[in-house]
Amino acid sequence: MVNRRIDEPTGTETVGHEWDGIEELNTPLPRWWLYTFYACIVFSAVYVVLYPAWPLIDKATAGTLGWSSRGDLAKEMSAANMARQGVFQQIAATDIEKLPGSPDLMQAAISGGAAAFKVNCVQCHGAGAAGYQEFGYPNLNDDDWIWGGTLTDIEYTLQHGIRWDAAEQTRVNYMPAFEGVFDKAQVSAVTGHVLSLSGKAQPNPAGAQLFSENCAACHGPAGGGSPELGAPALNDAIWLYGGTAAAVTKQILAPRHGVMPAWSGRLDPVTIKMLAAYVHSRGGGQKAAPAQIETDVAQTPDKAKTDG
Amino acid sequence: MEAVVKRLGVWALVLLAAIAAIALTPDSGFAVHMGIVALVAVILIVATVTRYDPMARAQGIFKMPPGPSRYDDDVIRWGVIATMFWGLAGLLVGVVIAGQLAFPWLNLEPYLNFGRLRPLHTSAVIFAFGGNALIATSFYVVQRTCRTTLAFPQMARFVFWGYQLFIVLAATGYLLGITQSKEYAEPEWYVDLWLTVVWLCYLAVFVGTLVRRHEPHIYVANWFYLAFIVTIAMLHVVNNLAIPVSFLGSKSYSAFAGVQDALTQWWYGHNAVGFFLTAGFLAMMYYFVPKQAGRPVYSYRLSIIHFWSLIFLYIWAGPHHLHYTALPDWAQTLGMVFSVMLWMPSWGGMINGLMTLNGAWDKVRTDPIIRMMVMALAFYGMSTFEGPMLSIKAVNSLSHYTDWTIGHVHSGALGWNGMITFACVYYLVPRLWQKDRLYSLRMINWHFWLATLGIVFYASSMWVAGITQGLMWREYGADGYLVNSFVDTVAALHPMYVLRMVGGLMYLSGAIIMAYNIWMTIAGHLRVEAPMGDTAHDAAADRPIVSPPHAQPAE
Repeated sequence: MVNRRIDEPTGTETVGHEWDGIEELNTPLPRWWLYTFYACIVFSAVYVVLYPAWPLIDKATAGTLGWSSRGDLAKEMSAANMARQGVFQQIAATDIEKLPGSPDLMQAAISGGAAAFKVNCVQCHGAGAAGYQEFGYPNLNDDDWIWGGTLTDIEYTLQHGIRWDAAEQTRVNYMPAFEGVFDKAQVSAVTGHVLSLSGKAQPNPAGAQLFSENCAACHGPAGGGSPELGAPALNDAIWLYGGTAAAVTKQILAPRHGVMPAWSGRLDPVTIKMLAAYVHSRGGGQKAAPAQIETDVAQTPDKAKTDG
Repeated sequence: MEAVVKRLGVWALVLLAAIAAIALTPDSGFAVHMGIVALVAVILIVATVTRYDPMARAQGIFKMPPGPSRYDDDVIRWGVIATMFWGLAGLLVGVVIAGQLAFPWLNLEPYLNFGRLRPLHTSAVIFAFGGNALIATSFYVVQRTCRTTLAFPQMARFVFWGYQLFIVLAATGYLLGITQSKEYAEPEWYVDLWLTVVWLCYLAVFVGTLVRRHEPHIYVANWFYLAFIVTIAMLHVVNNLAIPVSFLGSKSYSAFAGVQDALTQWWYGHNAVGFFLTAGFLAMMYYFVPKQAGRPVYSYRLSIIHFWSLIFLYIWAGPHHLHYTALPDWAQTLGMVFSVMLWMPSWGGMINGLMTLNGAWDKVRTDPIIRMMVMALAFYGMSTFEGPMLSIKAVNSLSHYTDWTIGHVHSGALGWNGMITFACVYYLVPRLWQKDRLYSLRMINWHFWLATLGIVFYASSMWVAGITQGLMWREYGADGYLVNSFVDTVAALHPMYVLRMVGGLMYLSGAIIMAYNIWMTIAGHLRVEAPMGDTAHDAAADRPIVSPPHAQPAE
C-alpha cells in the first residue's frame, strides 16, 4: 500500500498513503511555526511561576510576584480613596446648606454626586435626570418639588426615601381615592377645576366648590401644593402622572403613589450629601430661605411636564 | 407482519405516553413539546399502517436520485438540505435580533423578544446549521476515506431525523420560554436526554464505519470527526447534569452551583467552540480542500502534531471566559496560558489547509469554491489569533462583556464555519444529485463577495463598538469618578449596531442566492453564463507602449 513518490509542483515526497484520491506530503513542520509554539510554551511556563497557578490540596501556589486579583483591586481602591480623602472629609465636615458658600467644595460634591447618580439613580430618573412620566418617576431638572427643593429637603428625601416601609422616618402621605365619593359629574367638575388652575380649562364654580371642600387642605386653596405634606402643586404645567383630563381624572379616582428607596445604610453619608448637591444643581434647587413657604411657582410651559 | 405490529405497538405506546403527559402536566410549554412528540408518533403510525410513504414523497420533492448507489448517500442528501434550511433560518433570526438591539421596538413580547430569539439564533446556526453540516459531511467523508458504506444505515437515518427532532424541540422551547439558562446548552433535561441518545447512535455509526474500513490507515479528517463526536458527548453529558423538578414539567436544576456551575458551563461552552466549531470543521477542511484543489495535503507531520496539541490544549482553556470573576486566580491563570499555547496548534490547521494549495494557487482566481475555502481558512487564522489574544488578562479586562467578543465569535462563525460549510455544500450537491455541475458558478462568486463584505461590516463594527464600550465603561474623570452611565454607552453604540445589522443582511442575502443556486441545481437546471476565470481579451488594447511621449528624463 505504501507508495511514496515525489510531488512534482512542490518537489516534496509523499507519505505514501492515499484515501479517495487524497495524498499527504511529508513536509517537515514549518520552523517558524514550531519555534513560535515553543515560545508560547516558554511564556506560559514563566507565567505560571510568576502568577497564582498550581492547585495544591487546600490552596494554590501564590506566584512569585505575590499578585492576586483581590489584592490588585484593594490597592486600586485604596489609592482612589486616598486621592479623594481630603475632599470627602471637608464635605463631611461642612453643613449641607453652607456647601454652596465654597464653590470648589460644591463643585467637587456635584461631580461626586453625578457619578453616584449614574450608578444608583438613572434606572428610574433617567440618565439626564428627566424622569419617566409614564411610570411617575419625577423629573429632577425643574423647580417644582413635591417634598421641597432645598439641599436639606433633598438630602432628607435621599436618606429616608418616599413611602419606603423599611425606613422609619420615610416621607409618606397618601391621597385618598375619590372613587365612590364623587359621582361622575363631580369628578368631571373637579378635573375641570384642576386643569383650570393652570389655564388648561375654563373655571367652573361646582368644581371650585368641591376642590375647596376636598382638596384644598393639602393642595392649597389655589392649588399651589404643600411640600411639608408632599402635596404636589397643581397650578403649573408640570405633572407627575400627566396633565390630560383623562390622567387627572384617573389620579382623582384611584391615585397612584410612587416609591423611592431610602439610601441611608446603602450609601455613605458623604455620597448622599453629594447626590443632594448634584440634584440641587440640576436647575431647580431652592435656597433654604426663612420664607421658603410655597409661593405659586410661575408657569413654565416649556419645561418638562413631570413633577420634581 | 409481526415486525410491523411490534413497531406499531411501540409508536402507539409513545403516542399514549405523550397524550398522558399533555393531560397531566401543569406546564404549558411541556404540553406543547409532548404534542410535538405525539405528532411524530402519529406520522410514524400513518406511515406504518397505510401505503402512504411520507419519506418517498419527500424524496420526490427534492428529486433525490432513486436506487442504491455505491455509498449510503441518502441520509447525506437530507443532511445537505437540512443544513441549507437551518442555515437560512438561523441567519434570518440573527438579522432580526441585530435589528432588535438597534431598534428595541422590534421586540415582540413575549415569544419574539431578544431573550428568546437569541438562543434560537445561536442554536440554529451552531447546532442546526453547523451540526447538520458536520453529520452530513462526516457520513460522506468516512465512507469515502474508508472505502466502505455506513456501518448501521438504519441507525444513521435515526441519527439524522432524531437530530432534527432535537432541533425542533430546542427551538420551540426557546420561544415558549423553556431554558436552563446555560449559554449554548439551553435545552431542558428531557431534550438533553434525547440528544444524548441520538449522539451515542452517531458515535456508534461513525466508529462502526471506521472499524469496517478497507484502508490500513485512518485519514486525518476522521481523527478530527472522532475527536469532535467523542468530546461533544462528554461535554454535553457533564454540563447538562441536572435534576428535574418533576417528570411532567420542563424545569430542572443544575447539579452544580455557584462558581463550579459557571466553570463547568464554560468548560462546556469553550469546548463547544473547540470541538464542534474547530475540530469538526477542520475535519471538513481536511477532506474537501484537497479534493477541490486536487492537491496532496501539505504536511502529514503537521497534521499529527497540531491534532494532538489542539485537542490536548483546548480542553483546559475554558476558564478564560471567567477572567476577573469569582473564579480563583489560579484557574484564571491556567485558562489564559492554555489559550496562549493554543495559538500555534490552531494555526497548524490553517497552514495545512492553505499550503495544500501549493501548486494550485491559480485556482483562487478561477474557482469560486476554492476562493471560499481560502477565505474560510483566512478567517479561521484570524479568529484563532484573536482568541488567544483576548484570553490575555490585560486585554480581557478591556474586551470582556463588550461587543468585541461578539465580533470575535462572528468572524469565526461567519468567516470560518459559514464559508467552509458553503464551500462543502457547493462541492457536495452536484455529486450527491449526480449532476455535471452546479446551476451557476457566477452566483457562488456573488455569494462569496456578499458574505465577505458582510463579515467585514460585522466584524469591524463590533470591534469599534466593543472597544468604545470597554473604554467608556472604564473611563474615570480627573476627580476619580465614572464618566459614563451604562445607558450612555448603549446610546453611543447605536450606529455600530445598525452597521452590524447591515453586515448580517448582506451575509443573509448571499445565503439566499446560494439556496436558489442549490435548488436550481437539484431541479436539474444549468444557467447559461460566461464561464468563470476567462477574462475577455481585447487584442487592440493589449499592446506595449513603444515610444512613450515626452520620455525625456531630466538630467
